[in-house]
Amino acid sequence: MTSTQQTSFEAAPATYAPETPGGDVWVLNLGPQHPATHTTLRHVLELDGEVVLSCTVHIGYLHSGFEKLGEHLNYNQYVVVTDRMNYVSPMANNIAWHHACERLFDIELTPRCKVVRTIMAELARIQDHLVCVGCSGLDLGGFTAFIYPFNARETINDLFEEICGHRFTTSYTRIGGLMQDMPADWPEKVKRCCTKVLPPALVDLEKLLTRNRIFVERTKGIGYINHDDAIAWGLTGPLARASGVRRDLRKDEPYLCYADNWDGKGSSAVDFKIPVSRGGDCLARYLVRLAEIRESINIIMQLADNIPEGPVDVLADEKIHLPSKGRVYSSIEGLIHHFEQIMTNRGLKPPIGEVYGANETANGELGFYLVSDGGNTPYRARTRPPCFVNYQCFPNLVVGHKISDVIAVLSGMNIIAGELDR
Amino acid sequence: MSNEVHSIIDLLMEDFPAIDFAAGPLLAGGAHRPQQMCVRIPPDHLLEVMCFLHDDGRCAFEQLCDLTCVDYLDFPNAADRYGVVYSLLSVSQGHRLWAKCFVNDPAPEVPSVTSIWKGADWLEREVYDLFGVRFTGHPDLRRIVTWEGFEAHPLRKDYPLRGQGERVNFERVTRDSA
Repeated sequence: MTSTQQTSFEAAPATYAPETPGGDVWVLNLGPQHPATHTTLRHVLELDGEVVLSCTVHIGYLHSGFEKLGEHLNYNQYVVVTDRMNYVSPMANNIAWHHACERLFDIELTPRCKVVRTIMAELARIQDHLVCVGCSGLDLGGFTAFIYPFNARETINDLFEEICGHRFTTSYTRIGGLMQDMPADWPEKVKRCCTKVLPPALVDLEKLLTRNRIFVERTKGIGYINHDDAIAWGLTGPLARASGVRRDLRKDEPYLCYADNWDGKGSSAVDFKIPVSRGGDCLARYLVRLAEIRESINIIMQLADNIPEGPVDVLADEKIHLPSKGRVYSSIEGLIHHFEQIMTNRGLKPPIGEVYGANETANGELGFYLVSDGGNTPYRARTRPPCFVNYQCFPNLVVGHKISDVIAVLSGMNIIAGELDR
Repeated sequence: MSNEVHSIIDLLMEDFPAIDFAAGPLLAGGAHRPQQMCVRIPPDHLLEVMCFLHDDGRCAFEQLCDLTCVDYLDFPNAADRYGVVYSLLSVSQGHRLWAKCFVNDPAPEVPSVTSIWKGADWLEREVYDLFGVRFTGHPDLRRIVTWEGFEAHPLRKDYPLRGQGERVNFERVTRDSA
């Protein structure tokens, strides 16, 4: 794939000289309430005819003070807030949050928990990519290409509902484990989803978009960013990989089942490839996302057949994990244990210090920087949101393009305001 | 991975003998967590050290992964109030290093690193917005997630969780006044 228009920061400065000097410059306000901005994003565009001369991004319309809230909720309670960050793939946020917490508490998960979490993380990645790819089609005028992946995504939502009772606000992880173990027939349903539902949907999607002349011409060479700029702007995830940055935390800083010897018995890490493209444009981002969905299906199929037996909670009998509701309501020890966990002057006490834990989520590196003063709530719960860091290069991607390309770049970046503004 | 970071810290101490980096892990001990190393950089030497970390081939921190701040107001045994935390990442070599720069009231100021990493732009604006730490040399230091005209810095520890009545006192625009 070669890009037709190689705009870099040197080639296209943030302001662009109008073709007709002295001509009218329009100022257009795109958003914050606009169907193609998906969420509350606002751009002030200066236009010369249809060409974007400059773009100023205003964010913060969905700022909810999540990080402030994190200083007042304990390590298990905050998982509910993480659902609301990237609400397209909430499960990945849950897992990333407790990944950081478990680093702070220095907990090694049980093999069964690692497998379930890995499957969930990959399902969340597929779910997120399906929405992003579908919306790229929708925003460029192809409504059908939106409906097909949404149909497949519904199956994943059903799987989430079955395992934790919620379709979107999953809150499935707990420190050292999960809210509950999965139902016995759940792995079969996952396999059915990965063999009978997702592959045909992907084939349909590819038929609709990949060689669709309108889609290709609207995305090829649009929103180009080169390899070095992608790194300098801090891009991670599919955006960086579409610019040739070969980086994926699942390979570079492996965790869960992406690491060798994850079960303590010498099992090798799950086998998958990192899709990388040198295109650097919207089309490359679309293709990288599609390839990542296929790799995720591959990872799930490797794991779904041999889920190890055993508990999902590490040290379930000691006072790390919230006791099950059955134990709370039927035994005095369970009730005491429960109150020891949830009362504001009790709870888990981590060591004093700071820790950073990051996971590769669908949009890139989602990290949490936790500062602990030894109390049962974090002293500071910083989120390193992939959307926020990715989105700041947006003006440089659209300057010099037509106004309709702004929509194409925006939908290809998959900006989620819940995570952007927090 | 941690060997490389230790050799980078040795490099730093060789090249900047005047600075006390106080290098150490973010959180010591632990059997399951990787060791994350942190150095301390005084604000007046921040830019030269950061330039070195970015440009030197042995360090090669091409990416500023994260930039945030911690208000150590109530923290046990903390000497300074604001700690600006830089999370550096070398994409080519795969190592990470954390750097902290401590500043204090009444005018907390840190030099901006936007000239070194383009991606520092919004991250510094966010810290300015939520903590009130100014970044000198930043090209466009405006508030980013709260509104213009808002005066407080909500992530400071002395700002109450439920706000200072902004919701009640917010100027209402009616049909007649607009």
